[in-house]
Amino acid sequence: MPDGATPVLDVKNLKTVFATRSGEVHAVNSVSFDLRPGELLGVVGESGSGKSVTMMSLLGLLPSPPAEVRSGTVMLGGRDILKIGAEELRNVRGREVGFVFQDPMTSLNPVFTVGFQLCEPLRKHLGMSKAQARNRAVELLELVGIPDARRRLGDYPHQFSGGMRQRVMIAIALACDPKVLIADEPTTALDVTIQAQILELVKELRQKLGMAIIWITHDLGVIAGIADRVMVMYGGQVAEHGPVREVFANPAHPYTRALLQTMPKMHGARDAKLRVIEGQPPMLTRHPTACPFMARCAHAFDRCGRENPARRDIGHAHDVACHWDHTTAAPLTAAEASA
Amino acid sequence: MTETPMTDRRKLVEVRDLKMHFPILGGILRRQVGAVKAVDGISFDIFEGETLGVVGESGCGKSTAGRAVLRLYEATAGSIRIDGEDIATLPAEVLRKKRPAMQMVFQDPQASLNPRMTVAGIIGEPLDEHTNWDRKKKLARIYELMDAVGLNRDFANRYPHAFSGGQRQRIGIARALALNPRFIVCDEPIAALDVSIQAQVVNLLEELQDQFGLTYMFISHDLSMVRHIADRVAVMYLGKIVELAPVSRLYDHPLHPYTEALLSAVPEPDPSLERRKDRIVLKGDVPSPANPPKGCNFCTRCPKVMDICREQEPETVEAVPGHFVACHLISHPQTAGRTGGTEAEHNQMKTQQGEVA
Ligand SMILES: Nc1ncnc2c1ncn2[C@@H]1O[C@H](COP(=O)(O)OP(=O)(O)OP(=O)(O)O)[C@@H](O)[C@H]1O
Ligand SMILES: Nc1ncnc2c1ncn2[C@@H]1O[C@H](COP(=O)(O)OP(=O)(O)O)[C@@H](O)[C@H]1O
Ligand code: SF4
Ligand code: SF4
Ligand SMILES: [Mg+2]
Ligand SMILES: [Mg+2]
Repeated sequence: MPDGATPVLDVKNLKTVFATRSGEVHAVNSVSFDLRPGELLGVVGESGSGKSVTMMSLLGLLPSPPAEVRSGTVMLGGRDILKIGAEELRNVRGREVGFVFQDPMTSLNPVFTVGFQLCEPLRKHLGMSKAQARNRAVELLELVGIPDARRRLGDYPHQFSGGMRQRVMIAIALACDPKVLIADEPTTALDVTIQAQILELVKELRQKLGMAIIWITHDLGVIAGIADRVMVMYGGQVAEHGPVREVFANPAHPYTRALLQTMPKMHGARDAKLRVIEGQPPMLTRHPTACPFMARCAHAFDRCGRENPARRDIGHAHDVACHWDHTTAAPLTAAEASA
Repeated sequence: MTETPMTDRRKLVEVRDLKMHFPILGGILRRQVGAVKAVDGISFDIFEGETLGVVGESGCGKSTAGRAVLRLYEATAGSIRIDGEDIATLPAEVLRKKRPAMQMVFQDPQASLNPRMTVAGIIGEPLDEHTNWDRKKKLARIYELMDAVGLNRDFANRYPHAFSGGQRQRIGIARALALNPRFIVCDEPIAALDVSIQAQVVNLLEELQDQFGLTYMFISHDLSMVRHIADRVAVMYLGKIVELAPVSRLYDHPLHPYTEALLSAVPEPDPSLERRKDRIVLKGDVPSPANPPKGCNFCTRCPKVMDICREQEPETVEAVPGHFVACHLISHPQTAGRTGGTEAEHNQMKTQQGEVA
């Protein structure tokens, strides 16, 4: 991973709020992260932690109302894409950023052939002729490992298996050679042996095409296998972030630590009892003035209820949003806290 | 959790050659033109008080097997003995009396709870159906069940939509426990839950098992959770059990090529282990159970496929006491040796048999 390179994507203080009957939902609360050329950033967190809303906000994919991107900047290619017009944004989505969502059945249009869905962006964004687009479409399907690609251009999505549909979605996302690929839980609906095929494919494509990737999942194992850096989200915020080995070896946030401990292992002695994180994820209906993990945190103390912790650097490009110091297993000292 | 020698245990469930074929109807006359062989001849036992894990990929027949065992489906063929009685042939009225002893917990806690019934109503429904207790006695039992699964009694009059996924699963479990069952089929009970909630529900199931001496058939595609909860594990592929063994043997010494691939595909939440791992990436997709391949049903994807595999279905053999596997590599090691490349398995088999002896 090229360290210090100018990020291809730089997100600062993104805040997204939904208006609902029971008040505002603070789905994304001051999320900042960047993505460097050629790297794979893994995003983990349980359902409702804000992973999808973060990515949809920055691509302008949320219906407004009820969604409102209340603040933040998203720098891509030298401009803030939260401030550009609808037409230019559509171009960004087609050409500069490719994306793949969780369920390929709902994201592929069932009434059009796979060939049509692949050729359309090529003709629209790259101005290719029909024949050029078809040739490129065949190349793309071959790239993602679909056998007999030319013949399959005429097939409809339902004629493909789940794993193949996911490959087609990836091929469409790659069509215009984007600088950034955002994949939102793309293997969640797949079986493990099929998931393994897709993860191999992504590793291979990264090497071949050198693009930067954001990979969203709730599976820490997937992140461990493919990511360079990981961002752990909880309650609409970034709880912890850093190089993947560093975060797994020295998890600093009580949520990350607990999550790693609740997962049963595939090797070694079995635990008599699984460790649990008691309680439920937060509702996000109030503006968070306390730590969102407080109700479930084994280390919570009075300050956690008064002050939502900001992210602080803990060395090795690793940061955490927590008032508790995992190295001393005690609250931060007053000096550290004010620093 | 400890692996007691199996001969000391009593069999609570005995399934032999169970088949569940769903007809495919076609043509204007809606005549049967084929069959989905969702479960195609499986045999296994479940010992009293143990957890049999059933793993395999989507569509391989896990849920169908679970439902057929409880006779929620009328099996196409085979016998199912629960506590010594063949429930596959019991008349409906006799079966009804047996129902309380066998229950099921479903995957989707949302879909399996009636949204118009209160929590007390849902948990108490089996009591209405199978007892003639008065209201007071029923309510006492409902409270007792809510306590057992960790639901606050104050929630008794709320409706399911007001609960989280983990809480809804607790409601489903409380209902399954209402009539003091002995055997529970848990069909993906944690699949719809977040990682941080899964551990809560699994711990609850284990506590209840200890407390009430329950026997579980635990269906899941989560191999690490099955490793945690199961005593023995059956691996299914395309309607068949390809391997069945005590949990530690299955995970440490898998014999079937599909089991090996399945285990190697599980992502490891440890970057240093994860990157060192030799992952077996299977080519292609699972064939349709309406049209399974000839011979071994794994032959279209098996990295170790031999000529014989495309011709002849491998029979299940007990490779090591308690470790069953259906693969020509094991049942015909000579043939396998001739086609080459299987020396390693051959040796592995020997050492494993040595270990046990
Ligand atoms: N009522 C039915 N009619 C026809 N086919 C069926 C029926 N129920 C299941 N099947 C088919 O039988 C096969 C096995 O289904 P089953 O639900 O048992 O799979 P499973 O292993 O539980 O999968 P999953 O992990 O996705 O839950 C599948 O091919 C399925 O489509
Ligand atoms: N259309 C919507 N209206 C109201 N709240 C929403 C809507 N979409 C998402 N949310 C809320 O936003 C939060 C984050 O959701 P999401 O980003 O989808 O989570 P994740 O992708 O991490 O599972 C959740 O609390 C969710 O309930
Ligand atoms: S800030 Fe406090 S409540 Fe939040 S995770 Fe840290 S110790 Fe726990
Ligand atoms: S019988 Fe043949 S095809 Fe089937 S699993 Fe064994 S080696 Fe593979
Ligand atoms: Mg999501
Ligand atoms: Mg199922």
